[in-house]
Amino acid sequence: MDSITVLMTSPMSDYLEKQLKDRFNLVKLWAYSPKTDFFKHNSHSIRAVVGNTKIGADAELIDSLPELEIVSSYSVGLDKIDLRKCQEKGIRVTNTPDVLTDDVADVAMGLMLAVTRRVCECDRFVRRGLWPKGDFRLTNKFSGMQVGIVGLGRIGSAIAKRAEAFGCPISYYSRSEKPETNYKYFSNIIDLAVNCQILVVACALTEETHHIVNREVIDALGPEGILINIGRGSHVDEPELVSALLEGRLGGAGLDVYENEPEVPEQLFGLENVVLMPHVGSDTVETTDAMADLVIKNLEAHFLKKPLLTPVV
Amino acid sequence: MASDQASTPPRLPEIQSHDLPQVIVLHPPPVFNYFKDLFSKKFHLLKAWESSLPRHEFLTNHAHSAQAMLCSGTGPPISADIIRLLPSLSLVVTTSAGLNHIDLTECRNRGISIANAGEVFSEDVADLAVGLLIDVFRKVSASDRYVRHGLWATKGDYPLGSKLGGKRIGIVGLGSIGFQVAKRLQAFGCNISYNSRKRKDFVSYPFYTNVCELAANSDVLIICCGLTEQTRHMINREVLLALGKEGVIVNIGRGAIIHEKELVQCLVQGEIGGAGLDVFENEPDVPKELFELDNVVLAPHMAVFTTESFKDLCDLMIGNLEAFFSKKPLLSLVMNE
Repeated sequence: MDSITVLMTSPMSDYLEKQLKDRFNLVKLWAYSPKTDFFKHNSHSIRAVVGNTKIGADAELIDSLPELEIVSSYSVGLDKIDLRKCQEKGIRVTNTPDVLTDDVADVAMGLMLAVTRRVCECDRFVRRGLWPKGDFRLTNKFSGMQVGIVGLGRIGSAIAKRAEAFGCPISYYSRSEKPETNYKYFSNIIDLAVNCQILVVACALTEETHHIVNREVIDALGPEGILINIGRGSHVDEPELVSALLEGRLGGAGLDVYENEPEVPEQLFGLENVVLMPHVGSDTVETTDAMADLVIKNLEAHFLKKPLLTPVV
Repeated sequence: MASDQASTPPRLPEIQSHDLPQVIVLHPPPVFNYFKDLFSKKFHLLKAWESSLPRHEFLTNHAHSAQAMLCSGTGPPISADIIRLLPSLSLVVTTSAGLNHIDLTECRNRGISIANAGEVFSEDVADLAVGLLIDVFRKVSASDRYVRHGLWATKGDYPLGSKLGGKRIGIVGLGSIGFQVAKRLQAFGCNISYNSRKRKDFVSYPFYTNVCELAANSDVLIICCGLTEQTRHMINREVLLALGKEGVIVNIGRGAIIHEKELVQCLVQGEIGGAGLDVFENEPDVPKELFELDNVVLAPHMAVFTTESFKDLCDLMIGNLEAFFSKKPLLSLVMNE
């Protein structure tokens, strides 16, 4: 298939890049500057786009690629893809669900434990040589804390399963109730926030869920409450989150995503009740390879006219 | 001229502390930082550390008829020498789950009962063990440092971590804490095996008779056992090499279960993949070589340091002492195994 031209939008994975280069005629968007050069030379030959959470396939890109047949995203999130445009133009879209579910859920749990038990703060405490001066202080117990999940999809369910093993009562807010689970359903996010101690954002980013965690939700979660975000930065009104943390109106936060990555609000750097990770939810050797393999398999299936493995559109 | 004494208001009768049962305390346990008053309301505490007398003199002069002692893992070991100064001692209550600081043989010979922390903080310790493990695998503390130093924007994406799901976890010591760790990690899709003094009938996890074999068949070792003569330096270079270059070790037991010098050497030389440590051989000293390493997460023996555990511990200690003095069964008597 090396006559088929595939566009990769950003340097998301060396392994994926090599796989694409071995199988297709690979064009790298970031090798061109300015962008206009690229469009002049390649736009008519590109039949597939491989995007990720940084650069997907927006309306402008789709419109500039008249031969585009498929967008295979190196992510499960679809917020960087203009799905409606793809649907209109009959362009297929695939993503990478399931293979990254466990890793993202593990990071959510890691953040919950790190924030409640102050693991990172302890590590700093020891490395700074403070232990000889006196013991660390008391933190809150994690086991048994009420966990509220926004979005009980694959990742939300995997988080619930893990938290249950710690004796945490689980509640959730989702587009639809899931009666097959034993978890307590709330029909709106405010009620969920009022009734939990740890609020975890695990839903997809859409127009409806943009800034779903706003001032009102943060106030409902309260000065003992903890926010965990492993969804998208734009799920949370970031300036509101920062001022709530600085003013002590929110108890703590564990974040893997931000509104303007890789920028992270510097005011958070001095806070001990916050843990900041650089969007690594699916960043393990095992999972990134599995994601890349899935991208490749979807592309090959498409060009061999076989059923797509993980189609979205 | 009214006398000075006539103007002094009459003293209200108060419970004299010497009416309360005596409890010897050589060194204040950490729980005293928060709840000392709850103890001193109910017991006459013989506080050796507050006396100007040397310890053996204090005990000889003041603790002759004391039947109970409250101790902890911090403070002087409860040695045979100390026990022999206390002819009336018949109960030692320790605020720890561990018993390595108490001369168990001497207690057995004297018929002294021991009550410990039971299962009061097993969940908290298990939580920290899992927290340390996820931190090492997914580089939580290391990537948090990276972000706080502003490196994400300048140096790019953080290096990849390792997937926890499907990993083989070897639990060393399947007691109350080890069992809670196993229960949690099963939910992450990990496979559990263990080594313990005895096989446990109530679990179906694979059992290994020796810790080296467990290490050879595991990706992770989590040390959850007590410190005894048998377990001192049980985790040595041989065991660590069996665990292997990708292997991770988590210790929430006692520092001396691991041969610390050999652990540091293995970490520095890349013979094992990483470590999460809450305990060390010589607390509060931590080997400085570990401060250079990003694949190591360090905690200051704080696995039980939650407000819930301390309160539960306080209630349990007081409960044991009250039971003893009213000749009722102890709440968390340590049975000889």
